[in-house]
Amino acid sequence: MAHLTDTLLLLVLLTNFADLAASRLTFNIRAAAAQGILLGLLPLAIHQPWSGHSLGIAIGTVAVKGVLLPSFLMWAMREATVRREVEPSLGPLSSITAGVFAVGLAQALSTYLPQISANVPQLLVATSFATLMIGFIVLTTRRKAMSQVVGYLLLENGVYVFGLALSARVPLLVEMGVLLDLVVGVFIMGLVVFHMNRELESLDSARLTELRD
Amino acid sequence: MNLLALILVPLGGALAAALDPLRARRQVWLVLGAGAHLILLSLAWSGHLSGSRLLWLSFDPLGGLVLTLVSVVFFAVAIYSVGYFRREAPRGARVFEVCLLGFLASASVVCLTDDFGVMWVAMEATTLATAPLIYDPHDRRSIEAVWKYLLLCSVGIALALLGTFMLAMAQGVSVAAPSLSRSALLHAPVLHAVWFKAAFVFLFVGYGTKVGLVPMHTWLPDAHGEAPSPISALLSGALLNCAFLAILRVVQVAHACGQDRLLAPVLVGFGLASMLVAAALLLRQRNYKRMLAYSSVEHMGILAVGCGLGQAATFGALLHMLGSSLCKASLFFVAGNVLIEYRSKRIDDVSGLVRRLPVSGTLLVLGFLALSGAPPFAPFLSELAILRGAVQTGQPWVAAAFVVLQIIAFIALATRIVAMAQGGPETVKRRNEPAWLLLPPAGLLVLVLALGVYLAAPLQQVLAAAAATLGGSAP
Repeated sequence: MAHLTDTLLLLVLLTNFADLAASRLTFNIRAAAAQGILLGLLPLAIHQPWSGHSLGIAIGTVAVKGVLLPSFLMWAMREATVRREVEPSLGPLSSITAGVFAVGLAQALSTYLPQISANVPQLLVATSFATLMIGFIVLTTRRKAMSQVVGYLLLENGVYVFGLALSARVPLLVEMGVLLDLVVGVFIMGLVVFHMNRELESLDSARLTELRD
Repeated sequence: MNLLALILVPLGGALAAALDPLRARRQVWLVLGAGAHLILLSLAWSGHLSGSRLLWLSFDPLGGLVLTLVSVVFFAVAIYSVGYFRREAPRGARVFEVCLLGFLASASVVCLTDDFGVMWVAMEATTLATAPLIYDPHDRRSIEAVWKYLLLCSVGIALALLGTFMLAMAQGVSVAAPSLSRSALLHAPVLHAVWFKAAFVFLFVGYGTKVGLVPMHTWLPDAHGEAPSPISALLSGALLNCAFLAILRVVQVAHACGQDRLLAPVLVGFGLASMLVAAALLLRQRNYKRMLAYSSVEHMGILAVGCGLGQAATFGALLHMLGSSLCKASLFFVAGNVLIEYRSKRIDDVSGLVRRLPVSGTLLVLGFLALSGAPPFAPFLSELAILRGAVQTGQPWVAAAFVVLQIIAFIALATRIVAMAQGGPETVKRRNEPAWLLLPPAGLLVLVLALGVYLAAPLQQVLAAAAATLGGSAP
């Protein structure tokens, strides 16, 4: 099933670029949702034959990363009547260029690190690092609080992909990461975004500039 | 009884506070929870609490040391907030006490657990428990502070998770079930060097964000500056040390598998960079709470330098952790008293403190002297030990940089503290200062003095034992 795993990993990379290029917040969130569903399929492709554990991870991931978080973000966006434009401080073209560099760097890093095991493709580590870095790019170059949350989710997805290599051998590791997403994404950032909307009448985190030296 | 009690007691307190509609009774729960935690901890030191399979709790000198510091600072915070919130009602109502006690429970797990995974979860729990506390003023500035805090610390914690994965990876492909238990890792025959290096980088950057090491420090002055003063004291005196403990846990593993010399330059480099940036920013501070926050960045830098140097410096760093944290909590309490009286965080708006609030003013000056390493307070001894370690290990240039940066920070702080303490109109009347607001800072300073004048033999042994696991030695 190595072929299927590689295909899924490449699709994950592709959704990263969709997020980088997106000019509308709704598209951003949909791309993140698509990535979440792909990430849910990954453990089924990597760990053959299926065990209850990998099935559990798959279902939980699709539910949290693919459905729950994106629909929460969509709902929050409607409630807070956020304007749909992303308003990045870095244009789509330079974002994508930065993304390409990130993928190159991730590839270089993954060949430097020793191989994890025979049935885990080297592409997994590269995809993990690339997703992590692209998440970081989105996080640092978007001004809307909601886009920053999407960037954070991408970053976490990168960590999750790496964890899949271990999920069969170390219990509960990947589950912890998914739980972190849920807690940070929904309970905290969601609430803060609401308060921010009330206090600042805007979700533009670029307006958060009072505290400086 | 086992160590689980140290977690269940604050959790029980949090539950009681959550169910209690009466503010005064909730404060009783808070102080009771803090006091009971302190008493249980003394039982743990005397060996009366056994380890627990649940959460893999075990008691070791290093974790015990940090938890004791956390517990002492927390007790002071509990007492102080009773007085503070008679003057300034918290906006968050019962969320306040619940989150405080929740923080104590999660910090206890961080200090006591033997498992890197559980430690990671507990570290995230400390972030979640403190976020509503920072946001307590519910204004524009505090929402900016809490947004930066959550975003940066969440990124940090995500990277730390990746580091934790790599720590498991470092045990090799052939190991069927890699363990994240510290005691297992300490006795692991061989760790894969490349994976371990990668793990260290991610764990260091991840937890270092929470410690506030430069360049991941940008959330720290905002959060510490905007939070209510008792919370600033808790963040500076307790939370930063918990996060630093997480880094020290990795250093322990590195030391056990003979990789520690590899990490030393990282710790020293980040430490000196933190001291440098903090000293530079201290020179242009106009806000006294942010000033104290940058001073925290500087002192966390000192800890990193000390642990990176090894030998006597590690012992010094651990002692410095105790001394500087107690000083810093005390100073944040005093800053709270100043804020209540002057209603401004600007240094320019505060003058004649010694005349208007004689006790707080004196505590501010004494606390500043203690923190800057004036004898006979504890930081004097600990900084001396760190300098000795630098010379011992043949790195006198580190000692030189350390001294220069300390002098810059001293001058920056001194001019501002003097400006606040002195001056002002002669006719100003002495204001009433309630004991609730004076006893906690005074008590902590007495502890710093006691540590400096007489370092009791049992404490010295504990410090030496903890330092030994990090590659240090008693001076």
